[in-house]
Amino acid sequence: MSLPALAVERLSHSFGPRKVLDEVSFSVMPGDFTVLLGPNGAGKTTLIALITRLYHCKTGKISVLGNDMWRHPSAALAKTGVVFQQSTLDLDLTVGQNLYYHTALHGMARRQAKGRIEAELARIHMLDRLNDKARELSGGQRRRVELARALLHEPAFLLLDEPTAGLDIETRPLLLEHVRRLCAERQLAALWTTHLIEEAGTDAKVVVLNQGKILADGPVAAVVASTGSSDLHGAFDHLTKLAATARAAA
Amino acid sequence: MKPIHYARCLGGIVQRESLRWIQQYSRFISALVRPLVWLAIFAAGFRFVLGVSIIPPYETYIPYEVYIAPGLVGMIQLFNGMQSSLSMVYDREMGSMKTLLMSPIPRWFLLLAKLLAGTVVSVVQVYVFLGIAWFWEIEPPLWGYLAVLPALVLSGLMLGALGLVLSSFIRQLENFAGVMNFVIFPMFFASTALYPLWRVKESSLWIYWICEINPFTHAVELIRFALYLRFNPLAAAVTIAYLAVFTALAIFAYDPSRSLMARRDAVA
Repeated sequence: MSLPALAVERLSHSFGPRKVLDEVSFSVMPGDFTVLLGPNGAGKTTLIALITRLYHCKTGKISVLGNDMWRHPSAALAKTGVVFQQSTLDLDLTVGQNLYYHTALHGMARRQAKGRIEAELARIHMLDRLNDKARELSGGQRRRVELARALLHEPAFLLLDEPTAGLDIETRPLLLEHVRRLCAERQLAALWTTHLIEEAGTDAKVVVLNQGKILADGPVAAVVASTGSSDLHGAFDHLTKLAATARAAA
Repeated sequence: MKPIHYARCLGGIVQRESLRWIQQYSRFISALVRPLVWLAIFAAGFRFVLGVSIIPPYETYIPYEVYIAPGLVGMIQLFNGMQSSLSMVYDREMGSMKTLLMSPIPRWFLLLAKLLAGTVVSVVQVYVFLGIAWFWEIEPPLWGYLAVLPALVLSGLMLGALGLVLSSFIRQLENFAGVMNFVIFPMFFASTALYPLWRVKESSLWIYWICEINPFTHAVELIRFALYLRFNPLAAAVTIAYLAVFTALAIFAYDPSRSLMARRDAVA
């Protein structure tokens, strides 16, 4: 049995007296396309900040391919690629300059970087935009470049934080399909966070987060079946209502 | 991670800062025009008001322009340090800070690399200024241009580290005006950049002591002495001490386990 690409174990986090994550545990295996589903305020942003080491993890553990994010951050981050919700491209630099900067931050040699950049840009059909300023790209193109950038150092685990936010309806399924294909072809483990239930499709693994707690974790079909619903929308409504009832009773 | 990975990372950060600087013409021009205005107009106006006696490192009476030139060099570095602070706040708002912090290279090294990159940019600006200032008869010994390099690196790092510390406290770009009013101007005016300390002491003892503890005073004196092939050990020691303190504070402020950023985000 291979190591999980991402393992989150009993993770809790509070801002003062307000608990935003409560004993969160789940894992993403190599090749898995996992959708982290939760409404706004579910705790997704905090979870992402903890996984990406932007916040300090005080309770619980996060590891990437067995490397503890806090004890061995270099090894864990070297295997992690991230596409943040907000665009993180430097708009004053060209696409190539943005990508070379990323490879330098990962300690890659220039020649190796050149090969990787050309390969990843070719994959998204944007090699001809190498010398264009990032500012000149459309929202969808910027997002694709960010995806290419996240893959330059060949991570085993790819985190995408609401990657379709702000994209038009035509671009969304293309990006989704692209990431799914990467998972299948490269055995890449992807965690895709969203509040859009339809992005989970019917064959992904889904983790439902609500009010800081995991309500369900498993293949879409199993989660739907466990709630007796007809689809994931129904299952999600059922789970969140159940959780609200339990909170009211407590 | 091996030393070569660290070197590549440093190279990438320096290259990015340089590219951003080259592409922002207005930033470069204003960084150059500001001290030149002081040299051409302010110094000309004050040359007969402020007499400067013979004080080390000068061996004879000097025109006022010659006296304030090292102060204006310091001014370039002070503004550049604060500009780096501004760019950190900008990076944080634009999200590119996250790209930096997701590097597998330790964060303390990333911050030092950022610091060094800002210093490289400021040193280039200083040499361009000194080249133009030569036409105003600011003519230090030829070897002085080389001897001042380590002093410029040290003072650039120290002022850049101060900028990093400040950037961890600044929430939004709009607050940068506060840095101008409460950091840059007091530091510049309460220093030896425009007048020697003995003159300050004559007029106000407590302002004299403020100037004495001002890190910018020691950065300027370090530059002034080095430019005239003299070494000022006190200025060097104080600048190094301030560099150590500011760097430690910056690393502390950007460490997520004690992160000021996370606490701030939590409050926001």
